[in-house]
Amino acid sequence: MSVTEHIVRPEDFKLRSRESVADPKLRGNFRGAMDFLIDKRAAQFPDNATFTLLRKVGETTRKHALSRLPDLLDQLEINLQRLGVNVHYAENSADANRIFLEIAKKHHADMMIKGKSMVSEEIELNQAMATEGIECIESDMGEYILQIDGDRPSHIIMPAIHKTKQDIAKLFSEKIPGATYTEDVDELISMGRSVLRDKFRDARIGVSGVNFMIAETGTIALVENEGNGRMCTTIPDVHIAITGIEKVVEKLEHVVPLYALLTRSATGQAVSTYFNLITGPRRVGEKDGPREMHLILLDNGRTQAYREEKFRATLQCIRCGACMNHCPVYTRVGGHSYGTAYPGPIGSIISPHLLGLSGTRDLPTASSLCGACGEVCPVGIPIPEILMRLREAARNNSDGADQALRGQASARKMLEALTWKAWRILYSNSFLYRPFVFIATRLRWLTPTNQAGWTTSRTPLRPAPRAMRELLAQRNKQREKN
Amino acid sequence: MNTALQGAAQTASKKPSQVYFFATCVIDMFSPQSGLDAVDLIERAGIKVLFPLKQSCCGQPAYTTGFSSDARLVAAAQLDLFPAPWPVVVPSGSCGGMLRHHWPKLFADDPVRLEKARDIAARTVEFSEFMVNTLGLDLSGASAQPVTVAVHTSCTARREMDNHHHVRRLLKQMPGVEVVVQEHESECCGFGGTFSVKHPEISSAMARDKVDAITATGCDALISADCGCLLNLNGNLEKRADILRGEHVATFIRNRLDHSSGSPNRLETSK
Ligand code: SF4
Repeated sequence: MSVTEHIVRPEDFKLRSRESVADPKLRGNFRGAMDFLIDKRAAQFPDNATFTLLRKVGETTRKHALSRLPDLLDQLEINLQRLGVNVHYAENSADANRIFLEIAKKHHADMMIKGKSMVSEEIELNQAMATEGIECIESDMGEYILQIDGDRPSHIIMPAIHKTKQDIAKLFSEKIPGATYTEDVDELISMGRSVLRDKFRDARIGVSGVNFMIAETGTIALVENEGNGRMCTTIPDVHIAITGIEKVVEKLEHVVPLYALLTRSATGQAVSTYFNLITGPRRVGEKDGPREMHLILLDNGRTQAYREEKFRATLQCIRCGACMNHCPVYTRVGGHSYGTAYPGPIGSIISPHLLGLSGTRDLPTASSLCGACGEVCPVGIPIPEILMRLREAARNNSDGADQALRGQASARKMLEALTWKAWRILYSNSFLYRPFVFIATRLRWLTPTNQAGWTTSRTPLRPAPRAMRELLAQRNKQREKN
Repeated sequence: MNTALQGAAQTASKKPSQVYFFATCVIDMFSPQSGLDAVDLIERAGIKVLFPLKQSCCGQPAYTTGFSSDARLVAAAQLDLFPAPWPVVVPSGSCGGMLRHHWPKLFADDPVRLEKARDIAARTVEFSEFMVNTLGLDLSGASAQPVTVAVHTSCTARREMDNHHHVRRLLKQMPGVEVVVQEHESECCGFGGTFSVKHPEISSAMARDKVDAITATGCDALISADCGCLLNLNGNLEKRADILRGEHVATFIRNRLDHSSGSPNRLETSK
């Protein structure tokens, strides 16, 4: 099975996005797929008032949990240990991968079967395990398709959304032994499933992500549609769950509104096909379930987002993907352009904390701040506002009141800073601004015809022959005369 | 937000004798006719319009690019220009949003300026909103010449100012106007201030799609209440040698009112 190298980096966003917008097939695929998801979501929230109310509940629930994050994590850990779950804290990706490796070695496992987990993408688990000779097999159909193609997810909910039915038909006929070419979706799925069945039986270790953790009971909630998540967490002897530290809530009842918002926002479903509540490993007398269970809690920059009030809301995210579905930028450049595990608006606000601002500095600027993301976010994250704060942090040293972010001021360019300084001097002194407008309108024919990015698809921006202030004064004078 | 809403509600309740006009730097320098038309319509309702000559810009371009401290100084230079308790009419949802929602944030740690910013925020009203809620101009006598109109709503008007219904409501009051709705109507036109320069290909792709969708309706006119979006859309239309040009809602209304006899030439000039 092929292992994807990290071929795309967020540093290359400008280059990749340029290529992507020039690719009509990719743009067409994404537009079609996003329109479909937008409509499905809209059908679940027929009236705005209900959505607004439910969102308020979602936002409050997440905010409340985050405000008590350290306490809830303590409580969670105690309850998990009581249930016999091994809890590991991982500071970064390398840490998390090391923990996986240790568990695998202990069980002499050379293969793991994995349910869908974006955090495992974040730490590049498959790649890390491959270098140690351990195979991680994706069991989510979308992820499986990508894995046998050596490809990467382009969406956090629909990882293979950039692929057409025909792409997949061709891929399966080439890569699955004995498979014949068919475009019948059910047949394709059953082909993939029959391969995976054997893997479920053979795997010693099952890996899963987590949607919510419940501090009070030590329960892990897993939302899925294919049943592979349930298989990964019940068939193999060992279950390793991995997630970010922010996913904890206090009580089971807090999951209810979040779950309702998640499935509706993500896929337009009122409920998902499977909703797993996992409370500890197999108990004495039980006939199934893993005999050993681990939970890896990953920080990887999340505490940096937590630390500053203006970035904390980033951690409210429940990874529904609605922000990317509604994002006009994501729709045009596709998920791969971002070069991060999380693409789209959520990616642009979380990746700077996970990877540092210097490598990701082109992501926060890749938004017209249209606000579509913030409008649909089911937990009320003010994404445009956070994008602006990240733009600010990328261009300015921290002002002392705040701690510097990793990569703070890394996008600061002398010329840009000076341009705004000049703009500020001109626009804040009317004795300079008024003559400036006078001259700019008189010399409008001198405005350059090539205006960098602006003239890519537009005629040059040129001042009017006379400014409004002059025309208004003329008009008023005229009136006085009459 | 609450004070701003209360402010908007207050302006709705009674017609002031006078208003301030904050033209925005875009209208002042690039689209002066839109501003003149807006002023003209306000005056028709018997309201005096004061244009403070020291005004320049709301500071948004620097603010959204990550240079708040520069934005703050430019915004600060506007704070003393609106001393009387009159509404501040802004012919742009985007700049209106800056005054109403972001100025108070900009001066959060400067109590003196904060008070002024809050006061202005509460009096800030976007032009089409002002037309609907306060002016109450009778538009029924406007030209009845049939015209199909596509409306482009700026994202700020839609999502920050919540005044995207107002333009449509105004258009409904005029005879002969048929509003057509373009595909992906609520999607951004791709302008986004410095976004259009920092990510020109993405911005251009968005602008192209928007203009494609608008021209596909076969509309006679394109209306918006935001000159930022119009610069973007018109620049694109001109580059592709299309004869359609977007115009500010004030210009459209004024022309319809001035040609109430239904002059057949109307359509050409409205383009
Ligand atoms: S930021 Fe909001 S909309 Fe985007 S994935 Fe997270 S919860 Fe969903």
